[in-house]
Amino acid sequence: MNAELRSVKTNAEQSLADAYQASKGKLPGDRKVVALREAAAARFEALGLPNRRIEEWKYTDLRALIGEAKPLAGVPDATAKARAKAAGKLIGDMDARRIVFVDGTFVPELSDLADLSPGLSIRSMAQALAAGDPLVDANLGKVVPAEREGVVELNTALMRDGAVIHIASGATVERPIHLVFAATGDKPASVFTRSLVVIEEGARVMLVESHDASAGHQVNTALELVVGDKAHVDHIKITGGPSDLVHVSSLMAVVGAHARFNGFAFNIGGGVVRNQTFVRLDGEGTLTGLRGASLLKGKQHVDSTLVIDHKASGCQSREVFATVLDDESRGVFQGKVVVRQHAQKTDARMMTRALLLSDEAEADNKPELEIFADDVQCGHGATSGALDEDLKFYLMARGIPEIEAEGLLVQAFVGEAIEGIEHAGLRDALMDEVVAWLRKRGS
Amino acid sequence: MLEVKNLHVTVDGKQILKGLDLAVNKGEVHAIMGPNGSGKSTLAYVMAGKPGYEATEGQILLDGEDVLAMPPDERAAKGLFLAFQYPLEIPGVATMTFLRTALNAQRKKRGEAELSTPEFLKLVREAAGKLEIDTDMLRRGVNVGFSGGEKKRNEILQMALLQPRLCVLDETDSGLDIDALKIVSDGVNRLRSPDRAMVVITHYQRLLDHIVPDVVHVLSAGRIVKTGGKELALELEASGYAQFQGEAALAS
Repeated sequence: MNAELRSVKTNAEQSLADAYQASKGKLPGDRKVVALREAAAARFEALGLPNRRIEEWKYTDLRALIGEAKPLAGVPDATAKARAKAAGKLIGDMDARRIVFVDGTFVPELSDLADLSPGLSIRSMAQALAAGDPLVDANLGKVVPAEREGVVELNTALMRDGAVIHIASGATVERPIHLVFAATGDKPASVFTRSLVVIEEGARVMLVESHDASAGHQVNTALELVVGDKAHVDHIKITGGPSDLVHVSSLMAVVGAHARFNGFAFNIGGGVVRNQTFVRLDGEGTLTGLRGASLLKGKQHVDSTLVIDHKASGCQSREVFATVLDDESRGVFQGKVVVRQHAQKTDARMMTRALLLSDEAEADNKPELEIFADDVQCGHGATSGALDEDLKFYLMARGIPEIEAEGLLVQAFVGEAIEGIEHAGLRDALMDEVVAWLRKRGS
Repeated sequence: MLEVKNLHVTVDGKQILKGLDLAVNKGEVHAIMGPNGSGKSTLAYVMAGKPGYEATEGQILLDGEDVLAMPPDERAAKGLFLAFQYPLEIPGVATMTFLRTALNAQRKKRGEAELSTPEFLKLVREAAGKLEIDTDMLRRGVNVGFSGGEKKRNEILQMALLQPRLCVLDETDSGLDIDALKIVSDGVNRLRSPDRAMVVITHYQRLLDHIVPDVVHVLSAGRIVKTGGKELALELEASGYAQFQGEAALAS
């Protein structure tokens, strides 16, 4: 229906459509991939960029927020690669296997592909698309939510590279895999990365995705995650970047029976950031935790949108999101829990909290429950408010200066969400980032 | 050490203290007793600098320096400590972190070096041991999951670590059973020293059996209406506050 009602294309929509036409001959992929791209591009033509008329995007009107679309990123040059070496440092000194993408292109010389543990395979999406990789053929686009929307379509049409990771049944990958996405080219560009991770039955892995950028970039990144039965997967996404960065991310996961999936999103930069997460609980008895912490200042706009689809019985899902807002920033949380008719004994809880440090900041919280089963436990809560003045006074009465007292309270506030990360080293590293953010605020 | 002069305080536009005078020398322990609503907690809060407690007239001098214009942290660094009647819970801030941040912030403000981790841990373990506080509890959020008695012991632990020169104890006995009262009072008594002054605010006399004051004041309707020795507390226990409420009413 949106298609009929749509007004004329904006400049950004037109240049994105043109970019696809101009570059489609050079984008990687066999005939099947070409068909996938064509279909996606046609749907993007019809849908356009998401805008406020679409309920899921009413607080983040991408069409209005993107004035002009940047040209597609080219092959990364030496400067961009050199800058990428410093990217992804927010994880601290955690030992992880770095796989690096610069301006949306896999860079083998910056990546560590040595000594892969048994059952682990990693390759680049561009190669996999070009080679007609069976894993990609079988899975790509299969996790995409049924409800089509512009940014995922655009990603499918223009995807150039990303990671393709397979973890064989029963394999445990001890060393976390760190996907470093650095949009570090000199010229502002549009970057489209697409990754696919398939974790087979009973396998175990921790994935960290970190995103950095230099000025003016527009990033559209998507990850499809297939979590097999009894698998145990941690996914942590860290997003930083300059205040003019537009970062749109779609995490799409399907979770098999008795599997555990633990997601965490940490936002500490960017201008307009949309993190959308779609999790489908296909198998019984899964445990899913989605958590996140965002620290916003200036005019940052960060949107966390989740859809948890309980399709099987006896699954537990937990969402805890904390957003700290300073200056004129705006934080959006939309969380939707859907419990299908057969998903009895579902246990779903969602909590989102916003801490406003400034009178000009704005937090929009929209939790939703859609329940079709009758034997379930579901709950959601949302709070937003300023720092507790009584607690601040208590700390100050012990000699702690105001800015430090506020800092302690902010750390405590985001700590609740960060504690959900199982890796202690990463937890500490992110907490250090919180402290550094607070210190900058105080100076 | 402490001189409160003609202190007038309003809270939410309502006048609570109406010309309070109080002088406490170092080494002394003064008790302030009074009925509910007489202004006891207001006095405690205004001394510590709680927002919303506005001194409209008068002075609070600590060693001759007026603290009223100082923010709470500065008063603390000058050596003023308030043991809260209702210690607050701060989920997510470990007690250890809280104690260390407070101690080092005060040291920094006084131009002293920060304590190293081993030095700090040693101090905390010793002080906690004397108050029968399990150090495991100190890893938890400040006062989170603590019983009423544990919260009060935690207040005294903070006092012992921060070594203030002027301690203000606001209803420290409330919510304590007799065993906890003993531990807390012993903790306070250990801190009595010729260089330190204490103001013990209480509704009941029983705390003063354990922390024996040098001077007892009766606060009623925002003013000190009677001052005497420790026997005044016993007298109040027997006769109640009604007589003073009458006097205060007449006076105002």
